[in-house]
Amino acid sequence: MSEETTRRTAGAFDIRYVIAGLIGVYGVILVVYGLFATEDAELARADGFNVNLWCGIGMVVVAAAFAAWARLRPVVITQEPAE
Amino acid sequence: MLGGAVTHGLAVAESGDSTFRLDAQAVDYLIVGLYFAVVIGIGLLARRQVSSSIDFFLSGRSLPAWVTGLAFISANLGAVEIMGMSANGAQFGAATFHYFWIGAVPAMLFLGVVMMPFYYGSGVRSVPEFMRRRFGTGAHLVNALSFAIAQLLIAGINLYLLATIVERLLGWPLWVSLIAAAAVVLSYITLGGLSAAIYNEVLQFFVIVAALLPLTIVALHKVGGWQGVVDKVQPGPEQLSSWPGTDLTGIDDPVLSVIGIVLGLGFVLSFGYWTTNFVEVQRAMASNSLSSARRAPIIGAFPKMFIPFVVIVPGMIAAIVVPEIASLKSGSGDTGGATYNDALLLLMRDLLPNGMLGVAIAGLLASFMAGMAANVSAFNTVFSYDLWEQYVRKDRPDGYYLRVGRLATVGATLIAIGTAFFASNYDNLMDYLQTLFGFFNAPLFATFILGMFWKRMTATAGWVGLVSGTAAAVVVAILSEDALGDVSTGVIGLSGQGASFVAAGAAFVVDVLVSVVVSLMTRPRVEAELTGLVYSLTPKESLVDPDEASLPWYQSPVKLAGIGLVLVVVLNVLFA
Repeated sequence: MSEETTRRTAGAFDIRYVIAGLIGVYGVILVVYGLFATEDAELARADGFNVNLWCGIGMVVVAAAFAAWARLRPVVITQEPAE
Repeated sequence: MLGGAVTHGLAVAESGDSTFRLDAQAVDYLIVGLYFAVVIGIGLLARRQVSSSIDFFLSGRSLPAWVTGLAFISANLGAVEIMGMSANGAQFGAATFHYFWIGAVPAMLFLGVVMMPFYYGSGVRSVPEFMRRRFGTGAHLVNALSFAIAQLLIAGINLYLLATIVERLLGWPLWVSLIAAAAVVLSYITLGGLSAAIYNEVLQFFVIVAALLPLTIVALHKVGGWQGVVDKVQPGPEQLSSWPGTDLTGIDDPVLSVIGIVLGLGFVLSFGYWTTNFVEVQRAMASNSLSSARRAPIIGAFPKMFIPFVVIVPGMIAAIVVPEIASLKSGSGDTGGATYNDALLLLMRDLLPNGMLGVAIAGLLASFMAGMAANVSAFNTVFSYDLWEQYVRKDRPDGYYLRVGRLATVGATLIAIGTAFFASNYDNLMDYLQTLFGFFNAPLFATFILGMFWKRMTATAGWVGLVSGTAAAVVVAILSEDALGDVSTGVIGLSGQGASFVAAGAAFVVDVLVSVVVSLMTRPRVEAELTGLVYSLTPKESLVDPDEASLPWYQSPVKLAGIGLVLVVVLNVLFA
């Protein structure tokens, strides 16, 4: 158990969780907006391509990939944290 | 950005008189607001980890290579890059790819393979400090001062462009936008130092991609795919091939144009910028090992190869589908006061629905803040270590320099606000100033590479070479038709980018010649003082990581660089 004092993971400060969080929230907002709030005029402007919906889905997938990476390969900080 | 000389005429000659507004709604503001909350949050979190000046300035040399690698290019992915290169794409088409595939990637690979061992291995804290250890204070002072002043200038330009986006988005007056934007950047750098800047740069990279990649896809969809670009691009197919790039260089002879691009842009300007610019090198220096430091620019080179597809290609499409830009390019019709620098913003306005528009705006704001934060954090290091500690107050405790660094950050931000106001009134002058500072970059690579591989090179040759190289570039610019505006005399028939390329080439050649002649006339330094700084006097084992041989191929700097080189050659051939 002595390992826990010298080795800890970066935890929430791991930048990958921050990336996953921000891009993921963006993705969810876009998906919701794409499904419920995109007007026909805006759809027509992009020739029927629902930009918000598809970009949102893409961002959710990327966010999930980052979260999975951070979870599977956590950053380990070996030295004693400066208190 | 790649030195002032390269981006001459693009940076500040920004939005002209056009008055269009982006029609942002509540959801867009929400998305932009979320981004700012996270940025400030990172500053606050990083603050808990800052305990010494090495933490503040070099992130405690603790970051993994993919983080420093992305920060490496993100620091460069500022306003000038995004707006300037999409503008170039709209105006010149595929020739703009040269700024990435010729003007960046080879030099980044070279930095990782050849030069980084000297920077990281010698334990210096900045590029000017390497200069001081190798050549003494003469060359150091020239390098540190010109770098510090150039950073303030560029930070001001990034801030100005940042504020114009805020102005366009929120309708705030420019001065309110300027101060608000500066306050955000200042707060996260002073709180968290380089760690906060680097973590934010990595985040910014992904936000920028999340903004530009969908914009590119939507734009391609709109124009009918790549085939649509091929069919519709004006004035014709020469916009689709990157070589010989005569429109870009302004050199009519295709052979000379190619030589200008390869030697001027690809060799002198690009190597001078990427291998000696501390804004970039500082990111790699923050790595946790020598092999990570070497990998940082090499890893960065891979996304760098593909950034043009989400910056230049949308610019090219904007010139087809955005009526104002199409009119501008054809020289007939109503441009609505738009300039090429508006290409990306107008494309966003025309194609993106609310929601995605917010992400795109957040991406642009992220990019401009990344640029400014990078300039400010490199400035505060050079100011504290290279100017204040070296020439003003020596041998104070570490905490003293940490305080100096924080104060320098505040000072730099205030000066950047002043520079930005200046830029808003004197567009052209700022362009010429940038060009001028680009000339300080041009001879640096010559001095560094000679100094690293030729132990005979003397301290006097260091600073005399730099000064005469810079002078040579300025002379060429004055003789050219328009490189320095009214100061240029037009004695030699060169203009635009071609003049910058030739000026840089002259700087390199003169620097090498003068350095060799002066070295042979002056007394060389004692060899023992040059260990770790000159190739032949450095034990070979200190130039590579001890465990490098056991690293898998994807962690070996040299093998990765080889893959990068093959890829960039393939890209050049595909779009030739």
